[in-house]
Amino acid sequence: MKQEGKRAIWSEYQKEIADDKFFYVRSCIRQNFFPGSEVAFLRIMRDVLKKDVYEHPCHTTCSGIGYHGDVVPVETAMTVVARQFALMTEAGYTNYVPSCITSFGLYTEILDTWHHFPEVEEKVRKQLKKATGREFRIPENLAHASDVIYKFRKEIFAQAKYKLINKETGEPLKVVDHIGCHYAKMFPSKGVGGAEYPYVLSGMVEEWGGETIDYPERRHCCGFGFRQYLVQANRGFSVACSKEKFESMKPFKPDMIITNCPGCPMFLDRWQYVINEMEGKRYGKNGEGIPVFTYEEVAGLVLGFDPWDLGLQMHQTDCEPVLKKMGIEYSPEDKYNTKICASVSENHNLINV
Amino acid sequence: MSKHVIVIGGGVAGLEAAGQLSKAGIEVSLIEKDSLTGGHLNNWYKLFPDRRHSSEVKAYLDGISLNDRIRLLTGTTVEKFHRNKSHFSIITDKGKELSADAVVVATGFDLFKSEKKEEYGYGIYDNVISSSDLEVMFRSGKIVLQNGTVPKTIGIVHCVGSRDEKAGNLYCSKLCCVTAVKQAIELREHLPASKVFCFYMDMRMGGAFYEELYREAQEEWAVNFIRGKVSEASETIDNKLVIKVEDTLAGRPLKMELDLLVLMAGMEMSEGGKKIATLSGLTTGQNRFFSAADPHYGSNRSNINGVFYAGTCTAPMNITETISHARAAVSDVMDYLKESN
Amino acid sequence: MEKFGFSISKGRQIDYEANDRRVADFIYEREPSFRLCIECGGCSATCTTGNLTKFSLREIHILIKRGENDKVREDIKKCMLCGKCTLVCPRGVNTRNIVMLAKQAFIKSDEYAV
Repeated sequence: MKQEGKRAIWSEYQKEIADDKFFYVRSCIRQNFFPGSEVAFLRIMRDVLKKDVYEHPCHTTCSGIGYHGDVVPVETAMTVVARQFALMTEAGYTNYVPSCITSFGLYTEILDTWHHFPEVEEKVRKQLKKATGREFRIPENLAHASDVIYKFRKEIFAQAKYKLINKETGEPLKVVDHIGCHYAKMFPSKGVGGAEYPYVLSGMVEEWGGETIDYPERRHCCGFGFRQYLVQANRGFSVACSKEKFESMKPFKPDMIITNCPGCPMFLDRWQYVINEMEGKRYGKNGEGIPVFTYEEVAGLVLGFDPWDLGLQMHQTDCEPVLKKMGIEYSPEDKYNTKICASVSENHNLINV
Repeated sequence: MSKHVIVIGGGVAGLEAAGQLSKAGIEVSLIEKDSLTGGHLNNWYKLFPDRRHSSEVKAYLDGISLNDRIRLLTGTTVEKFHRNKSHFSIITDKGKELSADAVVVATGFDLFKSEKKEEYGYGIYDNVISSSDLEVMFRSGKIVLQNGTVPKTIGIVHCVGSRDEKAGNLYCSKLCCVTAVKQAIELREHLPASKVFCFYMDMRMGGAFYEELYREAQEEWAVNFIRGKVSEASETIDNKLVIKVEDTLAGRPLKMELDLLVLMAGMEMSEGGKKIATLSGLTTGQNRFFSAADPHYGSNRSNINGVFYAGTCTAPMNITETISHARAAVSDVMDYLKESN
Repeated sequence: MEKFGFSISKGRQIDYEANDRRVADFIYEREPSFRLCIECGGCSATCTTGNLTKFSLREIHILIKRGENDKVREDIKKCMLCGKCTLVCPRGVNTRNIVMLAKQAFIKSDEYAV
């Protein structure tokens, strides 16, 4: 594989990412799946990078989960999204940062639709005004939270306590980067590095000392697919998608997987347990699973955050092999005794209004 | 007083037009951006459908065109293009001013840049090459993978950058199918132990003896044809390529490992042609090629009186068609010069 | 499986590497016109069997070539060997012989079939 070819493609897909003053909106499902990740994002942005990040207490679901689950019509989704933009406008912010990939995809899709069909935007404005009395401005900058961490990857590394390097061997950790489908497959120009060879997570991994691996099924969906998982009869298809990816990445002996979507880490993590229960198969070294992380968790580990404050005890596939490889000092006995609430001051994990 | 015509482009069309004009007693200046005339012929190995060596056609063109009466300006580009009534003046990058009574535009085509189809990994995966890279390999007589070994299974993807809205080209380049068949045969000829698979959307064998060549590829060379557009290529840990394609005739997706993948790059309006269009005000069509004054009986005439087209700057054409088109351009030039006398 | 209420789906992708194409090779060797098929479907359109049952000689050609033998082994027995397919083939493929050879190949299953 020729890295320079990838670099040429990456150079064509650079996007503008704001520098400060972010209006951050959380994901509906991440707080249940990986509750430490969004808190970690806020700690990194506020404590480490000293950025202004604002959260609004009235923010709701973007309804993307319903839109992609075929229960919310697009016009309803647009009006819900218009309301989120109104909250941003009222708070005096212009840089919109969603935590969720599907939200990011939905926002991108809606902004593109409004761009091509201004009459739809007008209709939505009227609907919002009528329903809530609110008005909105379109964000000046829309970036996914992983874009923001990508932008500050060097600043994060400057304060790093650990690297993505196997402390014993000195070798870079081999990392599978898995990008949420709704990040760039719909609009390749809106993703760092495009859709075929996305760079957003690879850029972090490279910067922090690791090495990404390019395996044949790298571009493919984890299998969540909303309806595919939500309906039990479809779950066999959902898990088969993840299985195909594991089978394909296995020969490369990955140390870990890094993701930027709410669903992917959930399913890549949980399905490993299910596949092992059903077929007795494991895909990591020494009969272990392959630990799956969110990018905030990885950034947090690099910065020396306590693994249990990052919520790694919520993972089904054990993360400790990676902690050991990186040489992270942590106490296994505190696994279910996180100190996050005590250690984080109020404005870090509570709504700041 | 003898008339002077400038021919822009020294490929097949430009050489043929210059030669025919010169034969008719016209003073000709031929501007070619490269240091050699011959265009794409210089890189090609053998020609379809009869698989004669490209140098034979090149020798014919050189023989008729490279005479003392033709002023040859190689390594030269056009920087300015002026028209004053029936008089044209062109300034080259070397600051030389040429004046003429008529201009023949023969700026040809560029091959589609295969790296634009990112999913095939041209320039990224070690053993993904383009049809023109393969011609260079045939010329050198060495068909080997990046690691120096001989490929055993080879895939050929048709329609790379043609019939593809994502690539910005709705049209069919019309000659890639027969090029694929020719190259498949040549691969089997050079590497008798290899297996060759062509992945096509339609087999467009619309030229004399093309269908016969397709049949020969099946019958004598055991080339496999699978109908379906390859959706992506990737690389295994053993440096093999994995392709995904819908086997549309089986109605099922198919996955296959290959050693080498050859991309049949389509034909596009050349960068040189685009520049001439901007400088001169010549009009181009939705497909970006120059648009002819009349699609049926005026394919050599342009929107500017006294400027004529020859060859693939107007549409994809094979060599036979290009040479005929260049001769037809000369016939239009002669009529024009007579009338404007 | 009972534990989860579903099982892992099997892919429907043709895995070219995993398939056994010895039946195809057996036919290629004995009936080279097998290579000439362009999948026009003339044989299937005229086929009496195919008009009354789910049988397509065109599809069978492809499946044999891909090594999807399990899908062909039983189906091929439906052919009545009337030979109309050979009559209509624009490419001169000896379709009738291909059916005969495929049957033979499957009968010699110890050696050829998978």
